[in-house]
Amino acid sequence: MINAVLVFNNHGKPRLVRFYQHLAEEVQQQLIRETFHLVLKRDEHICNFLECGSLFGGADYKLIYRHYATLYFVFCVDSSESELGILDLIQVFVETLDKCFENVCELDLIFHMDKVHYILQEVVIGGMVLETNMNEIVAQAEAQNKLEKAEGGLSAAPSRAVSAVKNINLPEIPRNINIGDINIKVPSLSQFM
Amino acid sequence: MPAPIRLRELIRTIRTARTQAEEREMIQKECAAIRSSFREEDNTYRCRNVAKLLYMHMLGYPAHFGQLECLKLIASQKFTDKRIGYLGAMLLLDERQDVHLLMTNCIKNDLNHSTQYVQGLALCTLGCMGSSEMCRDLAGEVEKLLKTSNSYLRKKAALCAVHVIRKVPELMEMFLPATKNLLNEKNHGVLHTSVVLLTEMCERSPDMLAHFRKLVPQLVRILKNLIMSGYSPEHDVSGISDPFLQVRILRLLRILGRNDDDSSEAMNDILAQVATNTETSKNVGNAILYETVLTIMDIKSESGLRVLAINILGRFLLNNDKNIRYVALTSLLKTVQTDHNAVQRHRSTIVDCLKDLDVSIKRRAMELSFALVNGNNVRGMMKELLYFLDSCEPEFKADCASGIFLAAEKYAPSKRWHIDTIMRVLTTAGSYVRDDAVPNLIQLITNSVEMHAYTVQRLYKAILGDYSQQPLVQVASWCIGEYGDLLVSGQCEEEEPIQVTEDEVLDILESILISNMSASVTRGYALTAIMKLSTRFTCTVNRIKKVVSIYGSSIDVELQQRAVEYNALFKKYDHMRPALLERMPVMEKVTTNGPTEIVQTNGETEPAVLETKPPPSGLQPGSQCNKDTGAGGSMLNLQKSLCLDVMEMTSVMLRMVSRFCKSPDHYFFSAGIPSITAYNKNGLKIDFTFERSNTNPSVTVITIQASNSTELDMTDFVFQAAVPKTFQLQLLSPSSSVIPAFNSGTITQVIKVLNPQKVSDSENS
Repeated sequence: MINAVLVFNNHGKPRLVRFYQHLAEEVQQQLIRETFHLVLKRDEHICNFLECGSLFGGADYKLIYRHYATLYFVFCVDSSESELGILDLIQVFVETLDKCFENVCELDLIFHMDKVHYILQEVVIGGMVLETNMNEIVAQAEAQNKLEKAEGGLSAAPSRAVSAVKNINLPEIPRNINIGDINIKVPSLSQFM
Repeated sequence: MPAPIRLRELIRTIRTARTQAEEREMIQKECAAIRSSFREEDNTYRCRNVAKLLYMHMLGYPAHFGQLECLKLIASQKFTDKRIGYLGAMLLLDERQDVHLLMTNCIKNDLNHSTQYVQGLALCTLGCMGSSEMCRDLAGEVEKLLKTSNSYLRKKAALCAVHVIRKVPELMEMFLPATKNLLNEKNHGVLHTSVVLLTEMCERSPDMLAHFRKLVPQLVRILKNLIMSGYSPEHDVSGISDPFLQVRILRLLRILGRNDDDSSEAMNDILAQVATNTETSKNVGNAILYETVLTIMDIKSESGLRVLAINILGRFLLNNDKNIRYVALTSLLKTVQTDHNAVQRHRSTIVDCLKDLDVSIKRRAMELSFALVNGNNVRGMMKELLYFLDSCEPEFKADCASGIFLAAEKYAPSKRWHIDTIMRVLTTAGSYVRDDAVPNLIQLITNSVEMHAYTVQRLYKAILGDYSQQPLVQVASWCIGEYGDLLVSGQCEEEEPIQVTEDEVLDILESILISNMSASVTRGYALTAIMKLSTRFTCTVNRIKKVVSIYGSSIDVELQQRAVEYNALFKKYDHMRPALLERMPVMEKVTTNGPTEIVQTNGETEPAVLETKPPPSGLQPGSQCNKDTGAGGSMLNLQKSLCLDVMEMTSVMLRMVSRFCKSPDHYFFSAGIPSITAYNKNGLKIDFTFERSNTNPSVTVITIQASNSTELDMTDFVFQAAVPKTFQLQLLSPSSSVIPAFNSGTITQVIKVLNPQKVSDSENS
């Protein structure tokens, strides 16, 4: 099973961080830093596998990484994954990004962090490999992006937002989210109608 | 309140920050804006805010106040909201927060949504972070989706099912009917995830494993189609069609074929085919070959196939690609136990890998080399390994040194070679040697009687120049203390004897005592060595006395104690000094290996039964007490408890005997061993008293006294004893075989134990 997928640049700045096990925030950041240091020390002509048992709390874990231009793609896996297979998977992932973003570069990853997450979601679920066919992945990501665009996307203009709100099926919104003492009331939107 | 800035704007702003402090400031400002926006319950911009929050979370800033907002987004109808909401939930929430349970209802609704992408999102989230409660509630929905004809959903449902099974193993049976048709799919994505699901089920439950064995022919067929089918542009990766699926199927075949002859036989052909037909020029081909090799080694394959597999690994070792070499070394390490001879053939390549630049490869090669050492190749291998020890990184030195010691102990062709090897290790990696190696080495040196002069000479030369490596200095000072007389006498058969005067030897030992680099333990060794030399050296006794008296006021408590006691030895007990400081006897290793030796095969002898017997050394009292029916149960209990107490008594005896013979340099301060009560239970009490025999100092006389405080006499009482091989035992006849009741009398028996020691000094000269 894949434990974590990390992408960071040559200076250690994280560009994509996805952990498939529960870790506290500080632990996550520490792991990113330490992984970066480990990977930075590696020469060009050395194999792409690193043992990192103590880092992730299990003697079984390996870091499999690939260096593309300014970015390191690191997958932390346990022994149930084939090491050479994961190397190929990294390649597939990068090529998919390339197809989705047209000649992907680091800036694409920086400004479209959410889209990269969505593409990763089509490749890996819960630490297990879901799909390895590049065209499939790209097609599905594209279809979902189209759906989003039809709704106006994240940066919707307010006018679009108002029309979207008008189409909301009001009864479905939970009116009262009750968590212990906190009582949050969703305001009634009848004034818009 | 102005519209919150877009994600893009935020990222651009953060990137302009030149210092960490500036960045933190910007982020804090934005966090405050987001928080107030959340408070205003703004539906339109909520997704934008959460996206920004996720970005800041990735950079390492706290984002927990967004958790509830994610839930609200999930509940929204817009796909955009749901998408970012689920992503936020996966990144920010986990089982530990109670809030996550609120998602259950939303996920349930979304699993039945009309849009497949929404269903996909729900499956993805459940598969990533579903807790056991959530999984229990939603397993039914997942199972329904596993049977759908939509391949997009089916593959996601399969992985979600794996997660559910991991969290709640009892639900495995629920998914069993859905797996019936999984392998009939044409879609590779579904096939892939189905194989993952089947693998997970087989690994978790032996019943499932037996059930799924019948799928082997189908799997073989799918694999065959993959190999034989021509070029299919969809799944092609560098000319091989869907290597990921091939690797998955091979892994499942491995699990199914393990320990099962029929399945293994069904697979033999296809494995041979894959092994021979796969192209190895690219990484993908090698990945498949590697998986095939692992499968062949794990199942009950025929020998021809196994040889083929090892040869493939051998070819991998010669490959230029580091990754492949690494992978080959890893798998050879796994197979070296079972197919030792085949791996021996590649020994030279493996030894070459020791010189590789890559740290991971070097470590693997080192472990493999140690596994391959046997009696035939020990000299050559040791040379390479010693050279490796010289030049390797510090992180390896400790492991390498221990490995060399172990291998040398098992396969040393001659005592001299053994001692040379140890010396070499001590001088090159002396500070990395483990602490327990020192007593082992000392024991080894005492046992090789004829090499004493040679050993002490070499050790002396080694520490002449440099005494910073503690284990080396400890062993050397001990030897000099023991065999200093041989050193100054200038006799050495093995090599050119050196001329050393007593003063020079004392100079070295004193400088060790003074040096800042010496640890406290080392100083202890040095002081004791100086003391021992007082009996071995003739003209420097005064100097020794002076040194010893100086340390009587040392700050180090251990040193001080030793010096004070040695001083006392000089003053009041001078007549005992020669006897106390005489040569050490040959020490027996008190380990758990009984008289049965462990036979290591390493490709040499027939594999014998590898059994370590529990320590039989010590005394095993026979429990032939009278089964007098009058006391009935209590007598039987007595018998039982006697047997149980054997180990206890054994351990007591062991401690006694070992104290008498093993502890270097301290035993002469215990004035004999006090008597002990070896056994006292259910009314039977057995006392031991010890003394050295007057006629022969190597014989210990143990007098046992057995008394009985119960109401009945114990008749037919027989005491039996057993000792380890090197000891000799003589049981004299007991005074009687009946122990009278109420402690009115005792049975006395004398046991003589002979511990063959080295003859004393007086006989040498």
